[in-house]
Amino acid sequence: MQIQKTRKIEALTSNYAVAYAVKAADVDVIAVYPITPQTTIVEKLSEFVANGELNAELIHVESEHSALSAVVGASAAGARVFTATSSQGLELAHEVLHIASGMRLPIVMAVPTRAVSAPISIHNDYGDVMNARDVGWVIYIAASAQEVYDTVIQAYRLAERALLPVIVAYDGFLMSHTVEPVELNDEEEVRKFLPRTPRPYTLNPRRPVTMGPLASPDWYYEFKYQQVLALQEAYKIAKDVDAEYSRAFGRGYGVVEAYRMEDADYAIVTYGGAAYGNAKAAADLARERGIAAGVVRIRLYRPFPTADVLKAISGVKALAVLDRAIMFGGPAEGPLYRDVATAMYMSGLDKPAVNVIHGIGQRTMYVEDLYKIYTMLREGPRKEVVFMGVRI
Amino acid sequence: MSLPKATELPIGAVVTEPGSTRRYSTAGWRTLKPVIHDDRCVRCQLCWLYCPEGTIAEVRGVFKVGGKTYDVKYEIIYDHCKGCGICANECPTKAIEMVPEAP
Repeated sequence: MQIQKTRKIEALTSNYAVAYAVKAADVDVIAVYPITPQTTIVEKLSEFVANGELNAELIHVESEHSALSAVVGASAAGARVFTATSSQGLELAHEVLHIASGMRLPIVMAVPTRAVSAPISIHNDYGDVMNARDVGWVIYIAASAQEVYDTVIQAYRLAERALLPVIVAYDGFLMSHTVEPVELNDEEEVRKFLPRTPRPYTLNPRRPVTMGPLASPDWYYEFKYQQVLALQEAYKIAKDVDAEYSRAFGRGYGVVEAYRMEDADYAIVTYGGAAYGNAKAAADLARERGIAAGVVRIRLYRPFPTADVLKAISGVKALAVLDRAIMFGGPAEGPLYRDVATAMYMSGLDKPAVNVIHGIGQRTMYVEDLYKIYTMLREGPRKEVVFMGVRI
Repeated sequence: MSLPKATELPIGAVVTEPGSTRRYSTAGWRTLKPVIHDDRCVRCQLCWLYCPEGTIAEVRGVFKVGGKTYDVKYEIIYDHCKGCGICANECPTKAIEMVPEAP
């Protein structure tokens, strides 16, 4: 085991944790455009570049569509790249999300999540990143500033090995603007962990290639199927990368985190920092009050860690899937619920499962609210989606 | 013709050789193909003019057809013809026939 020699702990917001991780990863090109609550990431990176602490090309662009386009171009040329966005910015960049994954470019993008318009909300929920869940990107959802820092570094390793773009998402404001202690790795060690491996094809005048060409009906389908295989492979790679990271730096998370699930009768399955911290506290409270409660947190959201989720919930009597996004008009409004329900149906696992929507537009979530989910599960199965905390 | 499988293609749809568009068939979705019956063709040039893709080639030479001699004939470039049928529709002598593509 190779543990870092110097332990350095800083008080950082999750946004600054991203910036420190990007600096440690020694990126070449950063496209910056401000959007709340992402802005302080690129502010900090601008500061690093201005102070000569990071030797990167910092491109000021005129929109998020341009920001992602700029890093698509730079990544195609072989550079290690970074950008960040949130909410409407991610929506504006949506077209380019497909291009980045279709071209198989190892881009890393941070997304402190935020509700989408209309009405305008700068506050937190997961409506933005959930709109980007089916575009061929790997998506991590981190639950602490430390995990955000570690995940950005892991993301580069995964992206460059799987040749897939990666989103590192976490709660806007609740994490992006709140300070936590973060243990920083030695930068030389991070650079050893992220060796610059040659890519199969890059834009190079000495070896000309065409990227992003037309594919007629006799070709297109095969390239999309390649992406299906790549995401399946990324599931395995993500686990490997986490294990390697854990060996190198002493911190690992797995793709799914199970809290008090060994003997749990009732589980909350969820994602993100606020929901997860409160859910853990609610599980503790429920245990004190005699309910065998547990929490399953999805850390790797795409590719969906089906086997790990099913394993975690296999012993429960009932579960609630707590979503912090509303995807309108489906058979249930929670995006994670649909994933979990599909995973259970496809494997033949039949458990009573209820979809609970909570924390939309940063509606406050109390531990007591989440405790009520456990009591609700104990009372019996419910079929309808529960919109917890809304005035109806 | 058998095309490469998904796992055999370059990752990310990269075209790995320069100048490859000359060899790139853009006719894969054609279901009907135009066939020119040269004996009915009066060299009016309308098919050549109307083709939206420029896939009708004007070939120079000496061509004896029936009792007549022409210095030009028209051929379809099947690598690029999408089978839209405009040429067959415009042809005043019905010299162009739309024939089903072999499966």
